[in-house]
This record gives sequence, C-alpha cells and structure tokens, in this order.
Amino acid sequence: MSRFVLHFTKKAPPGAQRGTKVKTVIKARFALLCVLLLWAFSGGCTPNNPYRPSESGANTFYTTFVETPKHLDPARSYSSDEYDIIAQIYEPPFQYHYLIRPYTLAPLTAEGVPGPVYLDKSGRKLPEDVMPEKVWRAVYEIKIKSGIKYQLHPAFAKGAGGGAAYSSLTEADVKNVKTPADFPVKGTRELKSDDYIYEIKRMADPLVESPILSILEKYVLGLKEYADGLRADLEAVRKERRAKAGPGYNQTVDEKENPIALDYGKRALPGVEKVDGHTYRIILKTKYPQFIYWLAMPFFSPVPEEADAFYKQGALADRNITLDRFPVGTGPYMMDSFDPNMEISLARNRDFHHEAYPIAGEKGDRENGLLDDAGKTLPFIDRIVFKLEKEAIPRWNKFLQGYFDNSGITSDSFDQAVAISSAGKPELTDAMREKGISLITSVRPSTYYSGFNMLDDAVGGYAPEKQKLRQAISIALDYEEFIEIFNNGRGIPAMSAIPPGIFGYIEGGEGVNRYVYTWDGLRKKPERRDIEYARKLMAEAGYPGGRDREGRPLAITFDNPWVGADSTPMINWYIKKFKLLGIQLENRTTDYNRFQEKMLKGNFQFFSWGWNADYPDPENFFFLLTGTNSKVRFQGENVANYSNPEFDRLFKIMENMENSPARLKVIKEMTEIARKDSPWVWGYHPVAFGLFHKWVGNVKSNAMANNTMKYIKLDAKKREALRKEWNRPDLWPVAIVFAILVIGSLPAIFAVRRKRRGKRVA
Amino acid sequence: MPVILATDLIVYFLAGSIVYFAIATRKEGILSSAWRELKRNRLAMASLAILLAYAGVALLDSVRYRDPVVEDNGRVARAADGSVIYSAQALSLLDRAVEGLRTNTEKTYSAPFASTLYSKESVELPDGTIKRDYPPLKHPRSHWLGTDKVGNDVLYTALKGVRTGIVIGAGTTIVIIPFAIFFGVFAGYYGGFIDDIVQYIYTTLASIPGVLLIVAFMLLFGSSGYQGGLISRSEIYLKFFVPNDRLFWLCLILGITSWTDLCRLIRGETLKLRELEYVQASRAFGISKPGIIYRHIVPNVMHLVLITFVLQFSGLVLAEAILSYIGIGVGPEMGSWGNMINTARLELSRDPVVWWNLFGAFLFMLALVLPANIFGDAVRDALDPRLRFR
Amino acid sequence: MLTYIIRRILYAVPIILGVNILTAVLFFYVNTPDDMARKILGEKNVTPAAIENWKRDHGYNLPAFLNAGEKGTAKLTQTVFFQKSVPLLWFDFGRSDRNNIDIGNEIRHRMWPSLAISVPMFVIGVVIDLFLAMMLAYYRGTYLDLWGLFLGVAMMSVSTLFYIIGGQYFLGKVLKLFPVSGYDTGLYSAKFIILPVVIGIISTVGSGVRFYRTVFLEEINKDYIRTARAKGLSEGKVLFKHALKNAMIPVLTNVVVSIPFLFYGSLIMETFFAIPGLGNFTIEAIQAQDFAIVRSMVYLGSILYIVGLILTDISYTLVDPRVRFE
Repeated sequence: MSRFVLHFTKKAPPGAQRGTKVKTVIKARFALLCVLLLWAFSGGCTPNNPYRPSESGANTFYTTFVETPKHLDPARSYSSDEYDIIAQIYEPPFQYHYLIRPYTLAPLTAEGVPGPVYLDKSGRKLPEDVMPEKVWRAVYEIKIKSGIKYQLHPAFAKGAGGGAAYSSLTEADVKNVKTPADFPVKGTRELKSDDYIYEIKRMADPLVESPILSILEKYVLGLKEYADGLRADLEAVRKERRAKAGPGYNQTVDEKENPIALDYGKRALPGVEKVDGHTYRIILKTKYPQFIYWLAMPFFSPVPEEADAFYKQGALADRNITLDRFPVGTGPYMMDSFDPNMEISLARNRDFHHEAYPIAGEKGDRENGLLDDAGKTLPFIDRIVFKLEKEAIPRWNKFLQGYFDNSGITSDSFDQAVAISSAGKPELTDAMREKGISLITSVRPSTYYSGFNMLDDAVGGYAPEKQKLRQAISIALDYEEFIEIFNNGRGIPAMSAIPPGIFGYIEGGEGVNRYVYTWDGLRKKPERRDIEYARKLMAEAGYPGGRDREGRPLAITFDNPWVGADSTPMINWYIKKFKLLGIQLENRTTDYNRFQEKMLKGNFQFFSWGWNADYPDPENFFFLLTGTNSKVRFQGENVANYSNPEFDRLFKIMENMENSPARLKVIKEMTEIARKDSPWVWGYHPVAFGLFHKWVGNVKSNAMANNTMKYIKLDAKKREALRKEWNRPDLWPVAIVFAILVIGSLPAIFAVRRKRRGKRVA
Repeated sequence: MPVILATDLIVYFLAGSIVYFAIATRKEGILSSAWRELKRNRLAMASLAILLAYAGVALLDSVRYRDPVVEDNGRVARAADGSVIYSAQALSLLDRAVEGLRTNTEKTYSAPFASTLYSKESVELPDGTIKRDYPPLKHPRSHWLGTDKVGNDVLYTALKGVRTGIVIGAGTTIVIIPFAIFFGVFAGYYGGFIDDIVQYIYTTLASIPGVLLIVAFMLLFGSSGYQGGLISRSEIYLKFFVPNDRLFWLCLILGITSWTDLCRLIRGETLKLRELEYVQASRAFGISKPGIIYRHIVPNVMHLVLITFVLQFSGLVLAEAILSYIGIGVGPEMGSWGNMINTARLELSRDPVVWWNLFGAFLFMLALVLPANIFGDAVRDALDPRLRFR
Repeated sequence: MLTYIIRRILYAVPIILGVNILTAVLFFYVNTPDDMARKILGEKNVTPAAIENWKRDHGYNLPAFLNAGEKGTAKLTQTVFFQKSVPLLWFDFGRSDRNNIDIGNEIRHRMWPSLAISVPMFVIGVVIDLFLAMMLAYYRGTYLDLWGLFLGVAMMSVSTLFYIIGGQYFLGKVLKLFPVSGYDTGLYSAKFIILPVVIGIISTVGSGVRFYRTVFLEEINKDYIRTARAKGLSEGKVLFKHALKNAMIPVLTNVVVSIPFLFYGSLIMETFFAIPGLGNFTIEAIQAQDFAIVRSMVYLGSILYIVGLILTDISYTLVDPRVRFE
C-alpha cells in the first residue's frame, strides 16, 4: 500500500493537468490491485503461512502457549503451561508410564522405582503396612543411572585454570549476548546425585520462592530448620549491606545489581543424604506413601550448581538471562530460543542419553498403532516450536489451516469439531474427519466445585435441616445442563470429590450420590432427582418456597472471581437455578485478590472454585475437606471450612494406606459422610479434548505426564502438501470492492470536469 | 419500593436538561437562533429524533422499583415487625414494558426469527433411542435478533445496553461539567498564580495515559460498586438510594481523563470575555468578582459546554466497548454493548457462524453513534462556526 | 529557539514529578503489597507467612511514604515510594513484580514490534487521510463529497473492535490473504504487519478525512485562495500548492503530538494480533496486575506526551515563520 501512495504523489506533481490526474487516480488504484496480487503470489500459493520459507518441510512440531510463562525454574514453576516446556528439558528421577493405565510410575533417570524403607526409633526396619504412628523415619534411596550427560551449556565451560570459563562476567563481556547460546565455549558433564540434592536445597532458599516449600517442610526431615536458617542468613546479609550503604540504600536496586548468593553448604540438611556419586537418600519425618509422586514432578529435577552460579551474575540477570528463563537439563530437548512474547523453541539435545519407546502398553494400544515404534530411540522430532497465541479465534483458525499441529477445543469451536454420536459419545464431525484430524479425550484429574461456608449461620452447620438445605441446592444446580451449555458436554458430573481415573472413584450405580441422584437401572445412568423433591427438602429445612419462618426470602451471596466472556451467562445460570427453590442468589463477583481475601476471612456464603491434583491419589482430593486444613482456621486449602471429626479420623487412616480393598472401604465411608453433609455441590470433572492432525503420530492422552513430546512423531512432507492444499487465497472479493469504489466515483469525476471546463470556456 | 442508582441521577439530569433546552429555544437568544438553523437541517432533525428515542429508552430503564415478595397464597410477605419484604430485583419500567422479551428465554443459541435451536442435539425418543435433530424453540419466531448462549433474547440485551451507552456518553461530561467550569473560569478570570496551578493540574492529568489511569481507578473503586443485576441490602442507603455504582465510577474516571479539553476551552473563552467592555463596566460599577463570574462569564461559556457534550458523546460510547473488552468496563451483569461484543467475539469462529449477537451490538451502537455524530456536527456548526477547526 | 526549548523542558519537570507522585499514590492504594503477593504466589499454598516473606524480598515491606521507624533522611528513603518510584526519574524501571524480569531491557526489546506496526499505520494513514480529504475538497458539493463525508462519519461510528474482528474473519480466515495473527522478526514481519496496518488505517480513516476536509475547506474560503484563483491558477494547483501548505498548522497540531506515542504501540491492536509490542506488554501487565510494569508504562507515557507537546510547538516555527516564541 505504501508503494501505491508514494507512486501516486510522485507521478502527479502539484499542478498537473486535470485530465492526466483523473487517469492517474484510476491508474493508481489499478496499481494497488496489481501490487496486492503480486505480493499474494510471490510468497508461494499460501500468503497466510505464518512461518518462514526455510522452515518448510522441517521435522518441527508447532504448538501454542496462551500466556507468557512466568517461571521455568523447576523449583518454582507450578503450572501446566510451564510444565509443557520444562518437562521436555528437565528430568526428575521418575516419570509416568506413557501408555499403561492406571497411571504408574516408571524410572526416568533412576535405575528403578524404590519403595520406602520405614524405620522405628531404634533404627529397625518396619513392614510396609505398618501403622503411621509407629514410623519414625521413612527413607527413599534413589540410584541414578550413570553416564547421563547434561546438554551443552556455557555454565559447564572450563576456563584456562580449570575453573568456570564465565565466572565473573561484566557488562562489557555480555554486550552482544542475548541467550546463553551466544557464548562461544560450551561444555557438559555427567549427571550426579549432588545435582538432585542441590535442587532440594534450592527449594529451601527464600529467594527461589518455591511454592511447595511449605508442604515439603511438613515431611522432609529438617527442611524447615534449614529453610529458616537460610532466611536468617539472608536477613543478615541484607542488614549488613544496609548498614554499609547508609540511609540511601535501595534494597531492590542493589539486589538486582549484586544478587545475593546464599551458601547452601553452611548448614546441614539431615533430610537429604548423599550415598555416593550416583545415589542419594531422602528421609521423611512421617509415613507419606504419596511422596514418591512428588519425585516425578519437575520440582525434584537436577539442577547443576555450576548453572546456578552462572546465572547468579548480575550482568546476565540485567539482560534477563536467568535460570528462570533458560533451563539447563539432561532431557531430550533443550532451550533453543526464548522470546516469551512471541516464540519459544526447543531443539533436540544431541547429548541425550539413550531412552527407548515403551514396549508394553494397555489393551488396544497395539491395535491403535501406539506400539509400532516400540523399542526405537527417543525422541522422534527435531524441534518443538511454541507460538504465543492468546486469542482463541486466531489459534483455532490457524489449526484448521494446518499451521498448528494440535489444538484444544474451546466451547465455541466445539460444534464445528465434535458431534455427540447416537451412543452419546463424542465423535468428530464430517468436516474434521475429511481433514483427517483425530480426537483424543481424557478426564483431567481435577474437580470444579461450588461450596458453602460451613461456618456461616444460614448455609453452614451440621444440623439435619442444614444438610437438607445444601442437598436441595445440590439438586437444583443441574450440572448436566451446565456442562452442556458451558462446556459442550466436556465434563463428567461429580459424585464426590474424586474424579474418574483416581483410586476411589466408583463407576455405575454403586458410585451414585443418592442425595442428588437416583440410579436408572434400565438406561444404566444416574437420574438427577427432580426439583419438587428439592423443594420438599427446602420445606423440611425450614424454608418452604424459599422463605424462612417470618416469610423473608432466603438470600445467599455468591462469591466468584470470574472475568471474561462467559462470566455473565454463567452467573445468570446460577441465579436461575437458585430461583427454582425460591432462593435469591446475590452475586458478588470481585477481582481475584478480594475473592482470596474473603475466602481467607470466611466472609462469604457460597463460592465456586476448582482443584487440580498434583498426583493421582484420593488423598490429594480428600485433604480439601479435612478440618485441619480449614482455610479460615489454618489457612489451608479447605475453603468450605468443612470439619467433621469422623471424616477427619478416617482421613488419617486412609492417607497412610496403600491402594487396596480395605482402603476403598474407608474411602466409601468418607464419601458417604461428605455427601450427607454436602459441604460442596459436587460440580464436575472436566474432560479435555485434544485434536491432532493426521500427520502426527504416537499420540495418547496422559493427564499426569508432561514429558510426552519425546514420544510423538510427525510426517512433515504430508503436512507441507496439505497446508498448500488448504490455503489457496481468494482475491476476487478485494477486486470487486475496488471496482465498486472506482466505478462509483467516476460519474462525479466526470461531472466536475465538465463543470469546470464549462466554467473556463465561459 | 423505588430504587435509585447514582447513575439514574445522571439520566434524570439529562432528561431535565433536554426539557430545559426545549423551553430555552422558545425564548430569544443564542439558543433560539441556533435552533432555527438546526431545524433547517433535515438530517440533524432525524438524528435528534433517534437520539431522543434512545434517551427515552434510557429514562424508562432508569425508573425502577422493587416488587414486594408475594407468598404462595397470594398475600404480600411481611417480616416479623410487619414491614413489607421486597424482592432483591429492581425491575425498571423498560423491563416491565418488554416483559415478554425478558422472560421468553430458550435453552441456547437460536437464529433470528428461527423456530428451532441453532445446533443439533441428541434427543432421546420414548423408546430409548437417541436421535440428533434441531430441537424446537419454546417461543418460535419471536426472537427478532435471535438468542444468545444461555437462551436470552438478544434484542432485550441490546435494549438494556441503551441505558449504559447513554449514561457513559452523557454522564461522563455531565459529571465533570462543574469542575471544568469552576477551574476553567477561575483560571481564566483570575490569571496569574491560580492560572498556573490549574494549568499544572490539567497538564499533569492529561499526560498520564488515559487507559492506565482508568485501570487504576476502576480497580480501586469499581470492583466494590454495584455491578448490575440483583441489589444487595447493604448497598441501599435511605431505603432507596445506591450511591456506590460501578458505572458511576466509570463515568467519573472517563470524565477525569477527558475534562482537560473542555477546561482549556473555557479558560480561553474566559480570557477573552474578561476584556469585553460590559464586563469591564460591571467591574467599574463595583460588582464583586464572583458576581461578575456568575452573571456574565458562566452563562457565556455554556455554549462551549454544549458543544463539547455533543462532540464527546459518540467517542465515549465507543470507549465503553473497548474498556469492557479489557475487563475494566461495566460490571458483567450490567447490560452493555461492550459486554455483548466481548461475549460474542468468540462466536465468529464457530461454523456455522453465530453472527446475530455481534450484529445486535453493532446495529444498536451504530444507530446511536451515527446520529450523535451527525447531530453533534450540526450543533457545533449552529452554535459556533469558529470551532470547526477542532 | 534553544532557550525556548530549554525553558519548555524545565517547565516539564514539575509535571513529571506530579505524575510520579500521583501514580505512586494511585497504584499503591489500588494494589496493596498484600494483594500483589497473593496474586503472584498463585492459587495453592498461599500462607500469610509466604506473603510476608514475598514482601520482604521485593522491598514492599516498607511504609508507603514515611518510615517513622528510621532516623534522619532514612525516614524518607526507606519507603516504597522512594525505592520504587523515584528511580523512574532516571529511567531505572527496576524489575517486574510477577516474574522478576528487567523492565528496561524488556521495553527496549518490545519497542520495535510496536514501531513496526504503528509507524506504517501512522504515516500511510496520514497520507491517505490527507489525500482523500483533498479529493473531497476538490469535488466539494458533488455527491462524491456528500457520500464520502457520510461514509466517513459512518465509518467512525463503528467500534474499532468490529473492524478488527471483521478484518481477521474476512481477510484472514475466509479469503486466506494474511496470517490471522502472529509476528516474526526482521523482514519476515512484513506479512504480519499488513493486516493490522490495513485495519488500523480503515478504523481511523473516517475521522481523519472528516477533520482534514474541514481544514482544507477553511483554507479554500480564505482571501488569498480567491486571489490565486483570480490569477487563473487551476483548481488543482490552488489546492495542492497553496491550500496544503497553509493548512499545515492544524495538520501538525493533530499529527506531531502523537508521534512520540508511536513507541507506545496500540493496546488493542497488539493483543488481537499477538504482536509482542509495548501495548501488549501493558495489557498483559494490567491483567496480571503487575504494577511495577504498569507504573513504568504510565511514566513512559507521560514523558512521551510532554515530548509530543514540545515537538508540536517547535514544528510550528519550522512551518510558519510568523510564529514566534516569547
């Protein structure tokens, strides 16, 4: 377009003859059209291709990220978006098996998956099913495979004297450095048990701000004391710096220029022991069978001390080169480019240790071709490119155009992609099937629920009337409809806190929440009790028609932090449903901060929240309902402040049991108690739908594992051909619009010409 | 039981001003001559008619009262002390006038004038088999603009947006008029140090990027205010007044970010007026400065206020949509075109496209902003041809 | 001239100070350090102790404006205001609250995509606006003028959001002429820039053309134009040579003040098209309530505004020698 304008003003200098000018206008518009056409075809047949020509045909996987990742430091990162990236780079000792269900742990860098050793006070070994109060220490001994190497990285580069090559960098040294890859010399070294120990110590560092420190302190021997010690060290350094600098001291500016490096070796951490170069032990204060799952999360990845020291240099931090942005790992991929505002790309790690595609899977995997590559060396793909794509529309459109290899489904693109089959199962629409897209569904280990404040006078309490009130509301909140409207059926109505796929979830009639549903034996599905039944419960609860004894309508406040496009309809839906019982629901949407504050102070009646499990164990869901975890009283995660002594007692027993029929029995008992009390309206468990193009292979949904990119393969040639086929541009409407503009203005131009000419003659 | 929001006062004030100007044009003076010129412009008169219709809808939507709660036996519910209990929902005259639109909801999307839902659903037949078909609507062919995701009539939602649009467009200027006049006139008339201070204040305010100022302000005041929808008891004062209204805060901050132009204009005009002979004469007669300001200066800057008012109107209506998109506009339960666009923007990526929600917002906005622009130009030309430059 | 510029810059100092104090007050009360900590620490395991620690580590444990617990000047320096807002005066933006990145570095990086979009949008936009306005002035009184004007008013009555949504839908999705969104560095950015630039120009062309048309008509009715016409000059020459030159002052007032803001990018455009510029940066910060970034951007915006005002005044002299600075 710019060319057109410049061209015109040059060709028609001020004072040009009118006749030529008119022609020039037409010519110029025509020129614009030509330029547009030329440009469209010069870039090949696909002007909408967002990638560089050089990328075509490469063995690269294209996907997206929605939000700039905040932290890529494994000690700090705690969100699934960030795990999508760092789980390909860092390797904790264990991983979830890619194919086998239910989810099982498999070794990653470790030799095997060790069981805990329980010791009593005198150091004697105890059997595995010992009662928790007898256990004095629980010891996990982890042996790392030898010969695993880190990716090439300047932090490992050796200088002339044998020390680190890049140790005290100045502003001048890093003038042209944008990423660690810009340093000329790089090195590698073998993975050691020290690296795992170092990472655990880092989590205690107050400057690292690890989000799970408060949980680990409860279990790991001496971690709390160690963390407190480091904090004391930190404050001492600060005090000293402040005293030295005088009144003008600016802590944030100073610590930015001269980062504080705490000495982790100064104090002892008895909870972690080094056995030898490849073996270490973690010692817990109590029995905690779920602890092993934490060891499959990026928190327990190895971090080499050299890398930490490298990144703690002020000159690098000033250029935003930190461990929080540029990971150093042993995994199949390494960070190649990091522009969090545009693109993050991972490249294959050439020094990756040997790992083979699993040779066993669950039933049906072989038929689905998931075992075709059994035993082959991982990974298959050379590069993974994550593109920033915040808006749902462009993301979906680019997926359909073939520019992204996978996509989730938003509620609005759902109808286009998926239809519910006659059997009630989701199936791809014909349009998607024509494109060869495949659909992968998986129930997330999460639950979205609404809850009551059990400390509230109106909706809380444990009297039978109060239970009935909450049960009535649970019936009225028809989550089948909610899922249908807001999630296109991508959810499973919850019967209790435990989602499918987690031990303790019971399918079929036996697992139905009888306070809300009846079991339709004929159709083999639960039937929500009708609203009349709920109204009867309301009357029994002392609110006939939604009014109390004095005839005042019951008004309940509803707190939520919802923003965004769906919030208004969702709130209206809640109001509508409460109205069915005659209850006035008073919405109090606030920003997330106010919401948190209200939850912490207990200043609310009804709220909506969700929970993502950290590991596949019922303990990680039921602890949300234990009295000792109450948000108001103990600042825990039990937002409803539910506290039932019997439930708490059973929880203590359940959490220390291995999965067994006995454990299932306890869980059933607990479920029954919670259902009767109904502190939550058991909402729903979301089901994730993933779409993959037909050139992508070896895809199986895995809700627990994040390091799955190494299993996936793709056919770049097929992709290239299909992209070309799907993206032929249409230019004619543009031509039509310009034609209309030109033709529309012609009569006026001629009219003026005639008039002016006539004038001049006269 | 009547309920009055802070922003209702703005609408009442607007209605009052319209009546005042209608009367004022009957008397001789600058207004009446401007009116005569305006009347000759047919396009402007048509625009005025549309604007008045919008204002009428806004006024209807600003008179609201709560109904007493009626028990099952038909009697009015009373509390223990014998006082009548009122519902938490305050329905406006508009809500009551279009009762049908408000209550005739469907399950989910349906196209304009359709008789079935927009997408197929699995319908379970009596024999237990499942068939996929378009389910029929409860109120076929009655939704002129279709229904949205939860089945509400889009026409109703768009109508509810009228009040918000008018309040933002008009209220913003109304809220800041007193300040602009006060500061502008004082700076212009007294000059010197006071002038410096006032100029300093408005340059400082103007130099802060508007959006960011609005963000901070709305986070501070907006989140605690009335968001639309049901009214909780704690928000009502003197049994009928709701002072903490999010929309009001939005008007105020939009006003603060846009008052500098008006203030600067008034200051300039005052500088000129101060030197006029009759003002000098009044001073010679010993009339106090406040007296002169009240009698001679303020009435003579009012046309600037009117011009600014009509010219800013359309821009502000458009600004609301953008602010709601960023999430700092009106509350989620307040009907507004910005919220409609925000909800509807995802619908374009559906296939087949759901276009009517966006179209409804587009239509209602265009039908307000276009006449406002045309009428604004006409008013400016009629009142002060010199200001064409702006 | 030089003394004038120096005087203007000195005059800007109190304004910058005022902005600094005002934003500090506003943002400190909007977002108390506790709120910030809660927001940043995430959803799980946020204990009051963790919040206290976060505040200590990020320098938010100090009082807002006066530290009564200290002695002497430290009463003023050991405060959040002094430590966080005063360094802005020498453009030390510090670190973001949310992910500890260096804000100054980020601004230097993000500036370029913003400029890549806003400069073509601005330059081409102004040229097209002027050109179309001149066309309308040239054909004044014909139906082309009337309909052109009406089209202009109609176009400015449509919200920008509709242009963006519609443009992405038709040009990107249906006609497949442009990538729907995204960005790339260097020359590769060209194909990503075109769609936002086209949409940006279309969304402002209405008001621009209307404004410049009025300016030209104003000039055309002046005496010297009549003289020029009487001299026998053609209408085109009159318009291009005389009217355009004399209309430059109102044009400049409108144009120059916005030049510094080109750095700032367009908030809405950048989010919709996923362009990693400063506008996007600001919106992200607003949504994440990272007020270290928002504070920096407010400050930067104010500086740019003041620079724009000074530039406008200077450009007057260059165009019109009659304007003198006293």
